Amino acid sequence: MALRPAGEFDVSFARDMATIRRGWQWVLLFAFIAALYAMPFYADESTTALVNRIGITIIAVQGLNLLTGLTGQISLGQAAFMTAGGYISALLVGKLGWHFFAALPAAALGAGLVGLIFGLPSLRVKGFYLVMATLAAQFIIPWFTRNAFPEVLNGTQGLNVAVPEIFGLKFNKPDQYIWLTLTVLIPSTIIAHNVSRSRLGRAFVSIRDNDLAAELLGINLFKHKLFAFFLAAMYAGAAGSLEAHSLRHLNSETFNLVDSIFLLGMLVVGGLGSNLGPIFGSIVVELLTDASAMFGPFVVELFPDAAGGAQAMRPLFFGVTLILFLIFEPRGLAHRWQIIKAAWRLRPFSHT
Amino acid sequence: MNWQLLPQFVISGLLAGGPIALTALGLVLVFKSSYIFNFAHGQLLLLGALMTWWFAVERELPLWLAIVLALALSAVIGLAIERFTLRPMTGQPLLSIILMTLGLSQVLQGLALLLFGGSQRNFPQIFSAADPYIITLPWLIDDRPIILILKQNLVWSFVAAMLGVILISAFFRFTSIGLAMRGASEDHELAQSLGLRIHRIFGLSWAMAGMVATSAGILLATSSGLDLSLSVVVLAAFPVVLLGGIESIPGVIVGGLLIGLTQGVVSTFKAQWVRDMTEIVPYLVLLVVLLIRPEGLFGQKRIERI
Repeated sequence: MALRPAGEFDVSFARDMATIRRGWQWVLLFAFIAALYAMPFYADESTTALVNRIGITIIAVQGLNLLTGLTGQISLGQAAFMTAGGYISALLVGKLGWHFFAALPAAALGAGLVGLIFGLPSLRVKGFYLVMATLAAQFIIPWFTRNAFPEVLNGTQGLNVAVPEIFGLKFNKPDQYIWLTLTVLIPSTIIAHNVSRSRLGRAFVSIRDNDLAAELLGINLFKHKLFAFFLAAMYAGAAGSLEAHSLRHLNSETFNLVDSIFLLGMLVVGGLGSNLGPIFGSIVVELLTDASAMFGPFVVELFPDAAGGAQAMRPLFFGVTLILFLIFEPRGLAHRWQIIKAAWRLRPFSHT
Repeated sequence: MNWQLLPQFVISGLLAGGPIALTALGLVLVFKSSYIFNFAHGQLLLLGALMTWWFAVERELPLWLAIVLALALSAVIGLAIERFTLRPMTGQPLLSIILMTLGLSQVLQGLALLLFGGSQRNFPQIFSAADPYIITLPWLIDDRPIILILKQNLVWSFVAAMLGVILISAFFRFTSIGLAMRGASEDHELAQSLGLRIHRIFGLSWAMAGMVATSAGILLATSSGLDLSLSVVVLAAFPVVLLGGIESIPGVIVGGLLIGLTQGVVSTFKAQWVRDMTEIVPYLVLLVVLLIRPEGLFGQKRIERI
């Protein structure tokens, strides 16, 4: 039972189920969202671009959280599903002339179906055998985009992706694009949160904790594992579509194995199986790797003969962060946040 | 299919499978003793090859000394990895351990980039690439004899790789430390209660894995050149490990040769779309293995209901 602030009682079922309990919290939330939407008016473009990238990453990590955090199926294929989503949306907009807002859900759905195919081995194997199966997705999907239908997918060159446009407003700069990202991010957060506390999410958690017991309780493992893969790949597809239209170019290497590893790492840094985890993790890791770029010049001075010094910072920072979190805070930032909140509420008798 | 070229590709594929088998052996080594699947193996291999290159070319040491030094250093790296990153993970869930090796792979990749830079290196030739062995087979296809052209460096890499595999399997089978490692992988707690020092065993197996990785890295670098993408080669070894069975050393040999062979055969097809598949054949094999026989060809079948 989570600690509640003093004087906070649930007097109705609606209140019991509520995520946000107080009026002023709603005010704060809306103020925060409004501040994000208003970013182009007060922040410079590089900051907006960073927030935009973080937003897209959060969507992908939220999907991974449903699959890995809740259902316990480890996946190294999230970036491959992003590739699938990106390509579907780029083709629908570019070749068939669909509207972006129709192509985005279609890309999510298409990526979800691809995810279903690569989720099939999860019925036979688990643990690191499943990691291998998802790793295969990470090779087969980019290979497919490189080699299949060269006249449509354009081989290793990849595709140029159209700029989304609505009512004459072109989303061709991060300043405008952030509105798109936020408009997708907010419902995806709400859906992820509600899935995790509904019957479906509880079934996922029971599969993670003990799949045999879950099956005995009448949970259809086949259906639920596949559905978790479907959901995760849908989120990845939406994120991939957003990212592709934001970069305006896409090839088989845009989302690669390293990205899949980063997404998993963000999830662990943030906290597995918690709804705040993907948000915390994506923000912290993206900011860290962004900050690591600033160390590049110093490193090049220290190691003048190492030409790769500057690029080396990103994997180094990420790897060290991940290792430190795994050793010292394996439950992630979300858990630390709970501890801080509890300590604040029990002050001055904090003992947690 | 081009029948004339088939034997050539079969043999080349088999030869290419040798170093891959040695790479896969490093994975099996760690898995057999500590039940950890090491996703950072590729980066160990890369670092080993880079260290050899550095000693031999930058420091201009004789090649044998460079190799010995690199082997010793990689053993130290292996020990350090076990002591500082994986020992705190004892008893943690599988996901944490997998992520730990993934995090390690990023750190090592970053270190390789930082210390050695990302440019293409000329790795010293251990086995001469010139005058290949030419064998004429005694039977005919389309009234022409079959001629096999075997590059010397490929042949000798293969021999060296097989020698390494045989040495390691003998070590596991006939020495008491090897027996202890096999025991430790069976059940950590049980092994400990029988008086095995499992941490020492894990450390030793990681040191050995580092050395095996370095030797595989040297062999691969002599035949295909050395740059940062060398670490990707290991991704081709994952399917080998699963095909052979994750804790089986004979499985590694058979799996490595089978995967090399399949790639060799696929690359002889006339149809372009089949030949395009050469690079993903290992993963297609992997998916089939996972769906049909997850324990691999020679692995132990665990009775586990999913």
